[in-house]
Amino acid sequence: MPLLEVKDLQVRVEEREILHGLSLTVNKGEVHAIMGPNGSGKSTLSHVIAGKPGYEVIGGEILFNGEDLLEMSPDERAAKGVFLAFQYPVEIPGVATMTFLRTALNAQRKARGESEFSTPDFLKKVRAVAASLNIPQDMLRRGVNVGFSGGEKKRNEILQMALFEPSLCILDEMDSGLDIDAMRIAADGVNALRSPDRAMVVITHYQRLLNYIVPDFVHVMSNGRVVKSGDKELALELEASGYAQFEDAA
Amino acid sequence: MNLALAKTETGRALSDAFAVARDRLPGAGKVADARQGAFEAYERVGLPHRRIEDWKYTDLRVLMREVLPSAAAPDAAALKRAGAALKLHAIEGVRRLVLVDGAFAPKLSETGNPEKGLGIRTLREALEGGDIALHAQLFAPENADSMVALNSAMMTDGLVIDVADGAVLTQPLHIVHIASGAAPSAMFTRSLLKVGRAASATLVESYIAADGAKAYQAHDSLIVSIGDGARLDHVRLVEDGREAFNISSSVVTLGANAHFNTFGMTSGSNVSRYQAVIAFAGEGSRVETNGVNLLNGRQHADTTLFLDHAVPNCASREIFRSVVDDRGHSVFQGRIIVRPDAQKTDAKMMTRALLLSDEAEADNKPELEIFADDVTCGHGATTGALDESLLFYLRARGLSEKEAQALLIQAFVGEAIESIANDALRELAISAAQRWLAARG
Repeated sequence: MPLLEVKDLQVRVEEREILHGLSLTVNKGEVHAIMGPNGSGKSTLSHVIAGKPGYEVIGGEILFNGEDLLEMSPDERAAKGVFLAFQYPVEIPGVATMTFLRTALNAQRKARGESEFSTPDFLKKVRAVAASLNIPQDMLRRGVNVGFSGGEKKRNEILQMALFEPSLCILDEMDSGLDIDAMRIAADGVNALRSPDRAMVVITHYQRLLNYIVPDFVHVMSNGRVVKSGDKELALELEASGYAQFEDAA
Repeated sequence: MNLALAKTETGRALSDAFAVARDRLPGAGKVADARQGAFEAYERVGLPHRRIEDWKYTDLRVLMREVLPSAAAPDAAALKRAGAALKLHAIEGVRRLVLVDGAFAPKLSETGNPEKGLGIRTLREALEGGDIALHAQLFAPENADSMVALNSAMMTDGLVIDVADGAVLTQPLHIVHIASGAAPSAMFTRSLLKVGRAASATLVESYIAADGAKAYQAHDSLIVSIGDGARLDHVRLVEDGREAFNISSSVVTLGANAHFNTFGMTSGSNVSRYQAVIAFAGEGSRVETNGVNLLNGRQHADTTLFLDHAVPNCASREIFRSVVDDRGHSVFQGRIIVRPDAQKTDAKMMTRALLLSDEAEADNKPELEIFADDVTCGHGATTGALDESLLFYLRARGLSEKEAQALLIQAFVGEAIESIANDALRELAISAAQRWLAARG
């Protein structure tokens, strides 16, 4: 059974149809890249999979391990193993990062009927992951993402990904706003999490991220559909030829 | 003022009650005369109503309707219930002073081995004793506000605490007001705290009820003087029963170079009003007031503060946060007056309200009256709902809707709660907030 199956998905936002019948199948262990011009519906897809309010699904379905994902609340999806790394992680003043991480991890474990993590085990785990991502300890004591640089915010997303151990990671424009060094650190963090039990969907506008996170499959989105699929070579073709050729195809 | 209005049916019932109670209230002679004068002042106005500007949002003629008969002295069963209720606000390392149904309960209190420089008496003793200067202090609050006047007329017990010049108390003083839940009744208490020159103390006030307590009315007042170079930390937690009324007034006076840090949180009671007058009488002093209202159901809570900058070179900071769910109603009125001589005053007030339902209401009324020309004064007020983008982020990380809301509410009130210097007291306030959040389900 595929991990994720998006079938003929049609989505509307405020009376405007954004996705016009999108299909995508992702198996465990695979890394898929979704590329496309601005406004093609890439972020809409990631939001609908994560369960963000404000999107109306008017057709199609999304199955996750064979279960109807659209019937689940965002927190149920998280507990089942869906993780969205946000393009713009929010700042939450007054909620210490450490408190947030522990609350979230234990909420997911509770929802799965697992016991809560003990404090020493939790701290040990967070510290180890934080160190591997170059996240200083004092950042963990600050409010969630408050005063973090763009790179730090993205690394904080990857820190959560490493802690929560989701089976599906959706990385929404992880490279936006990052310089080359920050992008390399983030990509190394993501690559360390590649595993036969986990799939990743990497959404990006530019090919350069895919030099660091090398995908198994590349899909091109245009006007709310997948218009072409291929392997990593497709990304290089796009880099050379641009998206213009697909604008009319859709 | 309207005599005819004051003489409502309930007004007459109270007059009769005072006539009956008068001879049993502690204190004779001048004390009895002062009570009589105060009661007459109360009768001229009666219960405050919306046409009195200070009570605009808290119309007791609608919300309270009548003053209940005075509580009887607690019997053994009442004391037992009160003793069990104490656990809710138990704090390690404090000196506990307990008032049950408005009467001092020695067996539940710790009065032995006072620290050097600490003197404690009951209000009853003070009123029955012959210290005329003390009587004058106890009747010092003006009777212009009819609820203060009623409290002056009817007060039965409370604590009279003296912290000598230079005494630095390590143990916080904890006055616990408990309603034992015997019969629907009113309790009238008043406490006086004098912090001497260069002295330092911490006062905690808790308002709680025994299990099963139904309707009751707590009428309390507190008179505080903080001497030159002294410091008082004050924490006030109202976690009364959900059918209770709590009407409390404070009058605080600071000398020179004094420091007053006060925090108040209301998460209990049906209708509550806390009104405080804080006056600077000496230069170089500082006041920080922080407050939180956590309301749901049909709770109504009103905090009305009056900062009186009467002298130069003083600073005040007011932070107030209210969280209102269901059909709750939160009121914050903050008045700052900077008198003509009070140059170099630095006064700031910030209030924020978080509305969790469409029917929740929060009224913020800041009032600045500035008569000096070289001052820094400012205020701000905001009202809003929880940020949807933050809620989604938390839910995408596995928190349920209620858990996500709870985390954001705790963060919202956190800034005010963080102002409590003492760790154990801050923990007590956090646990009271968590009880309110847990009760939301």
